[in-house]
Amino acid sequence: MSQVEGEDPPLVELRGIVKRFPGLVANDHVDMRIRSGEVHALLGENGAGKTTLMRVLAGLYRPEGGQILMGGRAVAFRSPRQAIENGIGMVHQHFKLVGSMTVAENVLLGWSEPRVWLAKRAGVRQVEDIARRYRLPVHPDARIWQLSVGEQQRVEILKAIYRRARVLILDEPTAVLTPQEAEDLFGTIRSMAEEGAAVVFITHKLHEVVAVADRITVLRSGRVAGTTVPSETNARELARMMVGREVVLESSARVTSPGEPVLRLEGISARNDRGLPGLIDVSLATRAGQILGIAGVAGNGQRELAEVITGLRRTTAGRIVLDGRDMTNRSARAMIEAGVAHVPEDRLGSGLVPGMSMAENAVLKAYRRPPVARGPFIDLGEARKVAARMLDTFGIRALSPDAPVRLLSGGNLQRLLLAREMAERPSLIVAVHPTRGLDIGATEAVRRALLDQQEAGAAILLISEDLDEVLALADPIGVLFEGRLVAEVPRAECEVEDLGLLMAGGSGGEDRQ
Amino acid sequence: MSVRRIGPLVVERRTLTSGRTLVLLRMGAIVLALVVGAVVFVATGLPVAGSYRAMWSGAFGSLDAFAETLVASTPLILTGLAVALAGRMLLWNIGAEGQLYMGATFATAVALWYPDVPRPLLLLAMIAAGAVGGALWALGPGLLRAKLAVNEIITTLMLNYVAILFVGYLVHGRWRDPASLGFPLSKPFSQNATLPTIHLPGIGGTRLHAGFLIAVAAALLLWFVLRGTRWGYEVRLIGESPAAARYAGMPVARNIVLVMLAAGALAGVAGMGEVSGIVHRIQPDISANYGYTGIIVATLGRFSPIGVLIAALLFGALQVGGFSLQTLGVPASIVGVLQGVILFITLAAEFLARYRVRWAPGTPIEAIELEREPDEGLAQPAPMRAAGLALGEGKSGGDAP
Repeated sequence: MSQVEGEDPPLVELRGIVKRFPGLVANDHVDMRIRSGEVHALLGENGAGKTTLMRVLAGLYRPEGGQILMGGRAVAFRSPRQAIENGIGMVHQHFKLVGSMTVAENVLLGWSEPRVWLAKRAGVRQVEDIARRYRLPVHPDARIWQLSVGEQQRVEILKAIYRRARVLILDEPTAVLTPQEAEDLFGTIRSMAEEGAAVVFITHKLHEVVAVADRITVLRSGRVAGTTVPSETNARELARMMVGREVVLESSARVTSPGEPVLRLEGISARNDRGLPGLIDVSLATRAGQILGIAGVAGNGQRELAEVITGLRRTTAGRIVLDGRDMTNRSARAMIEAGVAHVPEDRLGSGLVPGMSMAENAVLKAYRRPPVARGPFIDLGEARKVAARMLDTFGIRALSPDAPVRLLSGGNLQRLLLAREMAERPSLIVAVHPTRGLDIGATEAVRRALLDQQEAGAAILLISEDLDEVLALADPIGVLFEGRLVAEVPRAECEVEDLGLLMAGGSGGEDRQ
Repeated sequence: MSVRRIGPLVVERRTLTSGRTLVLLRMGAIVLALVVGAVVFVATGLPVAGSYRAMWSGAFGSLDAFAETLVASTPLILTGLAVALAGRMLLWNIGAEGQLYMGATFATAVALWYPDVPRPLLLLAMIAAGAVGGALWALGPGLLRAKLAVNEIITTLMLNYVAILFVGYLVHGRWRDPASLGFPLSKPFSQNATLPTIHLPGIGGTRLHAGFLIAVAAALLLWFVLRGTRWGYEVRLIGESPAAARYAGMPVARNIVLVMLAAGALAGVAGMGEVSGIVHRIQPDISANYGYTGIIVATLGRFSPIGVLIAALLFGALQVGGFSLQTLGVPASIVGVLQGVILFITLAAEFLARYRVRWAPGTPIEAIELEREPDEGLAQPAPMRAAGLALGEGKSGGDAP
């Protein structure tokens, strides 16, 4: 679908790139042309293969098929260094900087190493020049650990420019930035393009694409879904290209009559791990027998919301009321004992203990109570029985209750976690991305478990990035964006694309252009 | 990071180590240690077989020799446990040495102040005092770590010097025995304040004292506490995954303090055993670096109480076997070299049990890392990549560097 307009060969041309990982094709014959002086947005869902494609270009992956052409000449990068030498610079989502060294040292590091002392003084001057020219305000002698995330990103960009990058690849650059910092970044991107460089901008935020890109390539499931220019499209159409189909709404949500409110948040605010406002004035209510869906792109306050409710994060304002009792800033243990179950987003990071056995994981919350607890002692035989019952009822295929949990597949991990949380007979379930990364069978099992709990009268807060899932299970549905609950509507009134726009920071019901 | 490059070699964490690999590695380690040791003997002009025989018979050759091995391993069991227990919660207790000295000091105080209390009562009181002394010495680092996240490695290590110098102060000053001819020694303990020796059948007097039984009992008790109590479950769980422990509502900070207290108490009892079972008084050299050797013992024993027991016995045997080499005229430094070699190789084997080293020159490290753990999004099967937009490739906000 690449366009045939310029006569000159493009700065970079990717032809039929194929990259496989065990069990999936991340890039399936991808073509892409990157021209001098353009800002090229690479748009796609999570897992569409955007990052993989750019890592191939940056020499980090070797493609199984296809060609990279630079100025019409075929090149093959055997290492990231070769890619850098050919003018490819990539700013990864996770920065590759040495925290204890200065900005200038990081820029010079690994590039102009011989004669460090001589090069350093000249290097500092060069860094200052580049910083001024591209409006990247950062002090060359500051140490990386002293810098904010936005400043660290500037250092990464400086590094790429210093290494004479003609193609600058930015992987989700705005994910970590404040809106103001993002504006500044767009300014820098524009001035680089004006000087003839090409900027590839990986994103999934539509308004950014429309705001800054000259050309847009949309990837879907490892293939190019289309290439277009902003003047010929709009956010709604781009959304459709990314999703690739009309969303199938298998309505498994059951009709129930919601009961009393179980959980009420009143104007809750909380900070995120970086100390910035992560939740801002969020109010919501979940009733017994109701699934309240919270849609939103990860990093917009989902984790903070779940942690506030489960006692893992302190609030800075507002009130949490559970079953009529004020539970603001109570401990995690108090929340567990009050009947709050938690399916966390990182099942192996906090929901389960990979190095311990299934039996020991099965009683992570029940170990304080009989029959597992016997006075100060713990009855591991009883824990084994508990685990065996869970394996049985949830159809978990596992060697034995004594096998360490890390040997389980993702689907079985989540089944075990759910089985444990359900065994507590919770009145409220906070489920965060409960089916992320699971295959169809496991997804079905997880969804069925949630629906069964709903039927049994539990209130469920379903926090998910998966719009399909939210639409299939939840009613009503809210959207979190940048820490705020920007909408809460009954499912019957939900338009997929409106929700999508809200998740990407647009306002519902209008096309942004 | 789970992957690291050293020159052309790449070191990666094994996901699972098979039992066969473990057995092969450990046997290989023993053989290699013996071979390197043989090289050391040859290089210094000593008979290889004869030297090994002397070491073996020195440590295990007779009941008397074996008793000496047990005596040497007694404090190592307790300090090893003191390090291992803390290690189970990812705390590095480098302060077992100081805790041992404070335990010895407290036990000595009881022994000197109440010499005439009936023996069982006095000994129990001394054990309790030793435990309290060691525990108090670990309390500060525990509190600082739990409340202010102060690195316990530094605080426990620094307190070692304080404790050792404090003992020096006591025996140079108010506790100095007037009959010691100016040597820095306390008065000898009364008979009631000394641990009874264990009489082995056939031979009468060995130096093996009841402290050994206390140490073994402590190891078994700790093993049971970790396996069979709710508190032990919490400790193991916090060590395996602090995030999961918080998720389950466990009191992480309180357990840090409790574990440090218990670790200090174990090392303190080691100090009590040395003054009451061996030297029968307090003096500045009651410990031959037992607290520091305990770190190695704990590491070698993989932080399990039973492993510590075995590792401490191995170390005791090495020490005693080394002494008997010295009686053959082998310089003490050669014995030290040999002990170091054995230790080094055993630790290397334990490392290899957990990590795989392979030859992969030129492959960029990032590529290996990424191939091992493809992005979460990539690991997702296609049908589950949802509809809608923007299914957050940005991993949740707070990825601190």
